[in-house]
This record gives sequence, C-alpha cells and structure tokens, in this order.
Amino acid sequence: MQIRRKSTAGTMQSSDLMVVVEPAETLQIDIESTVKKQFEHLIRARIETTLRDLGVAAGHVRVSDRGALDYAIAARVETAIHRASQE
Amino acid sequence: MRLRRSLLYVPGNMPGMLQNIPVFEADVVMVDLEDAVPLQEKDAARLLARNFLRSYTDRNKEMFVRINGLDTPYALDDLREILPALPDGIRLPKADNPEVVERLDTLLTEHEEHLGLEIGHFKIIPSIESAEGVLNCVQTAVSSPRLVALAFGAEDFTASMEIDRTKTGEELFSARTQIVWAAKAAGLQVIDTIFPDVNDMEALRTETALIKRLGFTGKSLVNPRQIEIIHEVFRPSAKEIEHALEVMDAIKRAREMGTGVISLKGRMVDAPVVTRAARVLKTAIAFGMIDFDLTDEVIHGEK
Repeated sequence: MQIRRKSTAGTMQSSDLMVVVEPAETLQIDIESTVKKQFEHLIRARIETTLRDLGVAAGHVRVSDRGALDYAIAARVETAIHRASQE
Repeated sequence: MRLRRSLLYVPGNMPGMLQNIPVFEADVVMVDLEDAVPLQEKDAARLLARNFLRSYTDRNKEMFVRINGLDTPYALDDLREILPALPDGIRLPKADNPEVVERLDTLLTEHEEHLGLEIGHFKIIPSIESAEGVLNCVQTAVSSPRLVALAFGAEDFTASMEIDRTKTGEELFSARTQIVWAAKAAGLQVIDTIFPDVNDMEALRTETALIKRLGFTGKSLVNPRQIEIIHEVFRPSAKEIEHALEVMDAIKRAREMGTGVISLKGRMVDAPVVTRAARVLKTAIAFGMIDFDLTDEVIHGEK
C-alpha cells in the first residue's frame, strides 16, 4: 500500500493515539508518548510490523501516543494508511 | 441455560472503553459500530474493534458486535473485518422484517464457509426498533435458527412513532408485550431496551422490575454502573427459591401417590405451577445460588 496523501487517525484521548502519515521518499517514524521512556521501542516495533504487513515501505509516520495498547496502535496505524492510500 | 441478563454497549471507537471489557461484569458485551460511531470514523472503529476482539482471546463473557444496518454502505465492510475475529454473534439493528434477518443469515453462512467454521457458529440478536419491526416481530422471531433472543430498541422505536420516551414507559407497553410474546412463542430469550439516564438508578430499578414481570430475560445497557442493579432485579429471591423447592417436593409426593395435583399451604400445585417453579430454579442454578439436579424427570415426572 502506498501513502498518497496526508491522513490522520485516532484521538488524543487516554489509551488512544493520534497517527499522522504523509508521503515521503524513505520511511521515517517519529514517536511522542506519555510512556516514551519505558515503551518507545515496543511502540516502534508494533508500528513497523503493521507497516510491513500493509506493504508500506516509505512515508513519514508521526505518532502521539497516550498509553495505547498494541491492538490500538496497530488499528490506528492501519486506518491512517488506508485513508492515505485512497486517491 | 445461558444467562443474558445484562447486555452492555461499548463504543467501538474508544480504546479506553474497549480494553476494560474483560473487567465488566455484564453477561454480554456488544461492541457498537452503529450509533456510537460517527460516519467519518466507521472505518477506524471496525479495525479497532476487530483488533480488540483478536487480542481478547481468553474471554469471560459473550461478545456481540452491533454492526451498521444492512441498508447502509457500512454493514458488509463491518462483517468482513469483524467476523474473522470471531465474535459470538451480531446484534442486528433495524430488524424491521424477517427478510433483513434472513439476509444477514445468508451473509454469515458465506463468511462461515470462507472461514472454515461450522454453519451456525455466529448467533444473531435482532433489534426490533420501529413500528414496522413490532408488527413483523412474530415472523422475525422464526426467521433464522441463529436467533438466541429478540431485542427491543425504544430510542429508535419512539423516534419512528414520533413520540417522546418517558421514564414510566406507558408508551412502550404494547410494543414490549408483543415482542415478549413473539420471543416466547419462538422459544427465544427477550432483551429490553436501554435505560438512558445513567444517574437515575431508582428509575432503572423500577423499569427493570417492570420488564422482568412482563417476561423479559435481560436488558441492554449503556453504562457499566447499571449492571449491578439489573443483576439484582433478575436474581431470584431466597423466598422464591424456597417456594420453588417446596413445589418440587410437593409434586414429587403427589406423583408417588399417583396424582398430578396436590395442595401446598392451601394452594394448588399442578403442571404449570411446577413449570414456573422449574424456571426459578433454572435461573437460580445459572446464578450459582443453589446446587440442584433439575432433570426432565424432576420437572415432568417419569413416563
């Protein structure tokens, strides 16, 4: 799947996250999180797995995490990518 | 008997609510993709709900999903995403006639074949929530072997009737009784509508007591704080259980004497009285309140 336009998904509510994706030449993932110190590596791993499963190789992915669990991170990233892949 | 006293709606697009599902003490949770989700978030909610269901493998309650109506552009996508995550069933909104349920039945069969599941795996609880739905509910109740209950939706019903919903509910009485009759005739459970005022627990208790008297077996709800009162109302009292056990004992003695009718404290006990007592005991057993071996022979006597 290809990121064709800027899209967002999610909310800034507790246990959720906001994902913003934009077209880019390479893959770049930026993470802001209320639990960044402890969990950034796990959040990043979950985002990378989700992008790989969706076949996304390039794009700028920005995440503002509010303590979301794995299932929510994967769902919000997938939603943002689906939205961004539409013309 | 599977208890379905409390059926809690949880908005499908709120992770903070979804991840509390394992600790809610409702008998059934219904993840809502319909009214609780705005149109522009339908895509997000179905992916979030799907992922939650996939992650919630060690389930301690029945999980239903309220999909969008089959007359909307969202329903087929809802089913495609949600069913592989194996909910127990679908809460179908706007079940105005049996054809709507039959259509969902066919779609579920197609998905079951595709997923390699036994046909009939996914259950259906249709929502009767319009004047048309009430008029057709007798046929709707027998429209699919997947049905486990009929549910009443008073918010949409009163909208379709162009009337206000009151706390005392006189305007719902006729619709409620028709839905209860249709469900009982078809051998289904029957679930009452939500009570929207989460701060008025006494009115909730009064309404739940009313619908229990009418024959409803459970109630939909919008807030986990409402669960406890609903369970309290549906719990048989110690007095009811004691009386039911006395009835069973009396009819046993009657049958030993070769008769099917006997007097208990001046009141007649015969087959319908025993059937009602058996229902109390079945409920008490399902609640884990008593340990009693309630076989068909105990209820109906030996042939």
